[in-house]
Amino acid sequence: MAYSDQVMDHYQNPRNVGKFDDQDDQIGTGMVGAPACGDVMRLQIKVNGEGIIEDAKFKTYGCGSAIASSSLLTEWVKGRTLDDAAQIKNTEIAEELALPPVKIHCSVLAEDAIKAAVEDYRKKLAAQV
Amino acid sequence: MKAPVYFDYAATTPVDPRVAQKMSECLVTEGNFGNPASRSHKFGWEAEEAVELARKQVADLLNCDPREIVWTSGATESDNLAIKGIAQFYKGKGKHLITSKIEHKAVLDTCRHLERDGYEVTYLEPGEDGLITPQQVADAIREDTTLVSIMHVNNEIGVINDIAGIGEVCRAAKVFYHVDAAQSAGKIPVDLETLKVDLMSLSAHKMYGPKGVGVLYVRRKPRVRLEAQMHGGGHERGMRSGTLATHQLVGMGECCRIAQMEMASEAARTLALRERLRQGFDDMEEVYVNGDLNAHVPGIINISFNYVEGESLIMSLPEIALSSGSACTSASLEPSYVLRALGMNDELAHSSLRFSVGRFTTEEDVDGAIEQVRHAVEKLRELSPLWDMYKDGVDLDSIEWAAH
Repeated sequence: MAYSDQVMDHYQNPRNVGKFDDQDDQIGTGMVGAPACGDVMRLQIKVNGEGIIEDAKFKTYGCGSAIASSSLLTEWVKGRTLDDAAQIKNTEIAEELALPPVKIHCSVLAEDAIKAAVEDYRKKLAAQV
Repeated sequence: MKAPVYFDYAATTPVDPRVAQKMSECLVTEGNFGNPASRSHKFGWEAEEAVELARKQVADLLNCDPREIVWTSGATESDNLAIKGIAQFYKGKGKHLITSKIEHKAVLDTCRHLERDGYEVTYLEPGEDGLITPQQVADAIREDTTLVSIMHVNNEIGVINDIAGIGEVCRAAKVFYHVDAAQSAGKIPVDLETLKVDLMSLSAHKMYGPKGVGVLYVRRKPRVRLEAQMHGGGHERGMRSGTLATHQLVGMGECCRIAQMEMASEAARTLALRERLRQGFDDMEEVYVNGDLNAHVPGIINISFNYVEGESLIMSLPEIALSSGSACTSASLEPSYVLRALGMNDELAHSSLRFSVGRFTTEEDVDGAIEQVRHAVEKLRELSPLWDMYKDGVDLDSIEWAAH
């Protein structure tokens, strides 16, 4: 399979690889996918007092398109509000990376990951009150 | 970009230059271009002579009678001819066949086709070692069984089945035994004089011959009859019509001659390369070799690099040409049915690579591959949340994953 230049770029130089302490109240963690399916994404966001995503990190087990989708996502969410980040659509990711139809599920997984991370952060926030 | 180093000899091999030379002599006006079936002139006679020499060279490799060799277009056609041919010819005796879950698709899909035609097929499950035992076959044989089809060497993991033992079981039960030997012929000894095998499929392009040619061995004593699948001029004693492709057959004959002549030295050399490769990963954590190494062809090795996904691993190895043990690169996204059948969990099956080395692989090629694979695995593990969790002592089976 031929990969697009955008996928190759993110795959070869993944952005924001790493892990935050998931116990930290500022951190929202979204882990989606399953090893059995060949894809697991862990996306973490660091949210400041104004509800803006200051930083993001990811680790992904999966094909090149899955790695690229999550890497791209960490770039996109930085500086966004939680609502804004949760609005990101898989189709935007798929378009930006020029994913072939058989790899669309990678972008779907990335959308699920940011939604899960936002939800996790909001749960933590609600628990603090 | 520099051409990648080839580690996919189990998929296909390059044609040996000695074979290519012989083939090229059978094409142009000055060459041996005649139709081997032409009986009325020298062009036909010479072509027939070349074809019969090639037939003998194949027969010599297998230690059988040249009259037991039927030319086909490759192992896929041979598998089809053997399985459908027997099932249809002997359907009066019964409509039950036995095969295994880890056969090549050419066998499995043919069996599926017969199932749609009202036949019943038993699919045996291999053990964790990847092997089917004679006892399993014996237990599955019924009154209405006409054919057992169990491969010699599995194409994904390289394990060698006990075809001698399975043959004994089949002969005792008066059931025909077909062997797909595409991955074993020319690599390890096959002696049809002693083996109780009734039909055997071979392909030239797995042993440094051309693509598009193979044979089906059909035993004469005890006699095996089959329903032809290709009808026409009655070539190959009516079993497979179609003008014989002299250059292809000559190529297959020559590659068999070379394989027979060089088998021992080549096997030793290939085994040394494979072992060098395997040992290159010995000190790495969570690396598993699939299939029983004590019953293994020299050239193939299937390795799982746990917590790394196979397709991304291949993607990070642009200078090595190999295939994922999993069929992940195909549209199906399913992990390898062969590895699954061994009882391996999905994530390990997703993490597998098949390396196959051969006649033109060098030690430098192997050393280069080891270095690149190690580097890629380390890089991808750094990226892998599963590796993190493993390192943190989290049991991955304890997590409720949302399957998607």
